[in-house]
Amino acid sequence: MTTAIEVREISKQFKLYTEKRTSLKERVIRGGKMPYTPFWALQDINVDINQGETFGILGRNGCGKSTLLKCIAGILKPTSGEIRVRGSLAAMLELGAGFQPDLSGRDNIFLNGSLLGLSRTEIAKRYDEIVAFAELEDFIDNQVKFYSSGMYVRLGFAVAVNVEPDVLLVDEVLAVGDASFQRKCLDHVKKFQREGRTILVVSHSTDVMRQNCSRVMVMNHGKVITIDEPGEGIRVFLADLLGVGTLEGSESGGIEGNVLAIGSVSAEHGGSGQRMHLYPGESLTITADLDSLAAVPNAMATIAIHDDGNELVFASDPDDPMCAIEVPEGGGMVRFHFPEVPLLDGTYSVSVGVRSATDTAIFDWKDQVTKFEVANPGRSTGRVRLPLDVSFRLRSASHTGEVPAVGSDPSPLALPGWEQSTA
Amino acid sequence: MSLGVNEPASAGSGPEPERPTVIGGSTRFVPGQSNDRITIVNGKVQLGQRLVDLWHNRDLLVLLTRTELKVKYKESALGYAWSMLNPALVLAIYYMIFKVISKTPQPHFAIWLFCGLVAWNLFNNSASASTTVVVGKAGIIKKVAFPRELLAMSTVGVAIVLFAIQMVVLVIFLALFQQAPDWAALWLLPLAFIALLVFTCAVSIFLSAVNVYLRDTQHLTEVAMMAWFWLTPIVYPFGLVAPHLKQYHLTWLYLANPIAPIAMTFQRVIYGQTSYVAAGATTPTQLLPAYGPGWYAMMMGIVILVSTGLFLLSLMVFGRLEGNFAEEL
Repeated sequence: MTTAIEVREISKQFKLYTEKRTSLKERVIRGGKMPYTPFWALQDINVDINQGETFGILGRNGCGKSTLLKCIAGILKPTSGEIRVRGSLAAMLELGAGFQPDLSGRDNIFLNGSLLGLSRTEIAKRYDEIVAFAELEDFIDNQVKFYSSGMYVRLGFAVAVNVEPDVLLVDEVLAVGDASFQRKCLDHVKKFQREGRTILVVSHSTDVMRQNCSRVMVMNHGKVITIDEPGEGIRVFLADLLGVGTLEGSESGGIEGNVLAIGSVSAEHGGSGQRMHLYPGESLTITADLDSLAAVPNAMATIAIHDDGNELVFASDPDDPMCAIEVPEGGGMVRFHFPEVPLLDGTYSVSVGVRSATDTAIFDWKDQVTKFEVANPGRSTGRVRLPLDVSFRLRSASHTGEVPAVGSDPSPLALPGWEQSTA
Repeated sequence: MSLGVNEPASAGSGPEPERPTVIGGSTRFVPGQSNDRITIVNGKVQLGQRLVDLWHNRDLLVLLTRTELKVKYKESALGYAWSMLNPALVLAIYYMIFKVISKTPQPHFAIWLFCGLVAWNLFNNSASASTTVVVGKAGIIKKVAFPRELLAMSTVGVAIVLFAIQMVVLVIFLALFQQAPDWAALWLLPLAFIALLVFTCAVSIFLSAVNVYLRDTQHLTEVAMMAWFWLTPIVYPFGLVAPHLKQYHLTWLYLANPIAPIAMTFQRVIYGQTSYVAAGATTPTQLLPAYGPGWYAMMMGIVILVSTGLFLLSLMVFGRLEGNFAEEL
């Protein structure tokens, strides 16, 4: 397999000036030297991206992923190292970058296409296609400044994809326009993949990565953390980089005025091995230490689970008799057991509380006291893994036999709301 | 056909999926054909590569120039007429001062002025505009990769268009005053034009890059242009300063300003006279060196040679500084 992009020991240093002084006077005073703090945005990056591959770069804000993309595109020059790109390259770092608001859509197509490296005749050949793709036939002679923001990015995307590069660099711009245009864009990306073009995507959307990429590179502080298949890469990204300790315990406060207090809370999965995350469908046990000064015969244990967006995923029934516990003086341990956690990717926080069964008194409530993480090795996305069964049958009455579908997972390339029939 | 994503990094051993050359009715992407070109990005300044890139993107230069012009005069009722207003005013003022107030005996003084001004305006327009062109286009520079020298060169392009308009007016002037250029020396004009272009490109590219780091450049340039104008024989003839220069052995230093010999060549060809006899005077007043066209050709040759060197040098400086444009802007 041929390598489309070879990145060899790329480092990039930025100079962070404490205060931006660029006047001649300042330079003269300081003898031409400006005080600055060196900041290494990229450090010894090595990666080979194969031809025909859709490669994702994942990382937090400021991890250097966009800097790397700009270096590959040739917008920034690396401080050291070398990048080799085979074939033509187009970068979509911002749609419609380089549009002149005062010019018509027509002029801007030529200008932008030319900026992306096409000759006039090539643009003229693709002109009709670009206009049709952007759905701007009626407005193409209007000045771009009168365009709506949707029209603007549509035109930008239309020009960029019709450049038909061997290597396409995309920086989180896939989500543009309305739903139907989005579908068109993704169809186009899929077409690129089918044609064997190389796509390099930078994003922090794990869903986009999981569904479109063949490999993912995770970056942090300008360094490569891992290069792996999307499932594992995303897990590393979520676990190691977002700083969410999986299945972590917590130590917390003693008894303060209350009869009963919750001590440490820990989470444990029922799967095998030393891994720090759950797979969807595995069991989960939350154990909370209770300290009590006196016997509490009528207590109710409650548990709630929030996702990383702080949306409530689950809260136990506060009046469920199953949750009734009897705590003797001195306390004990309360155990919450979920035989099956059908949640998909994400970090979930657990809140635990103990309240009185007879009145509204709350003995103790530990809000989001511990966290657990679910990593999904498959390609399905969303919040919950719903049990799914897919079958196919012919419409005519004579054929009643069921034909099982090839796989029960949805098409690997399909995003929610996207056409899945091409798979 | 299986999608590319379903076969992750099969380490070269697996059979390559067959890639049709015709997809959706369009024949464009043929792997292995367009892949011959390998682009290398590193920290070095590759002068040869830069020149090749400039040549490949010549269409872009035309488009950038056209864009500049369109944007400049888009909403104005007079349009390109504005581009003539400033030179016309300058011409009128100097004509008033020298012809009406100081009563210079030089015949057809307006044409004399115009010859030098036309050359000067090209240089001045481009160099002045170039200082802000890279800074002003920060949006494109941060997001799109293309040879950025073209931005500076587009200011030269704009200046060429304005130059062409002024040349047309100059020809009309010649016709009105029934003056003929020196037809025998007309071949010098393209030579002088090329010299002017190469030198202007060199200066513009240099200034556009430097101004990103030293924003004083744009103000400094404005002032420097004023001084430069008076160091160039445009309003006054070279013949006026030549004796003084000779006295202090400064002639070659004066001519080291490339715009000086260029302006003189323009005057030599279009004005057509190297001296005139003032009314009532017996000795002719020298305007330009009385050498034949060969001397002017030699001067232009030297200017072109030196300017080409400066052009390459400015490309290298630009290449050095360009690496950090995206972060400095």
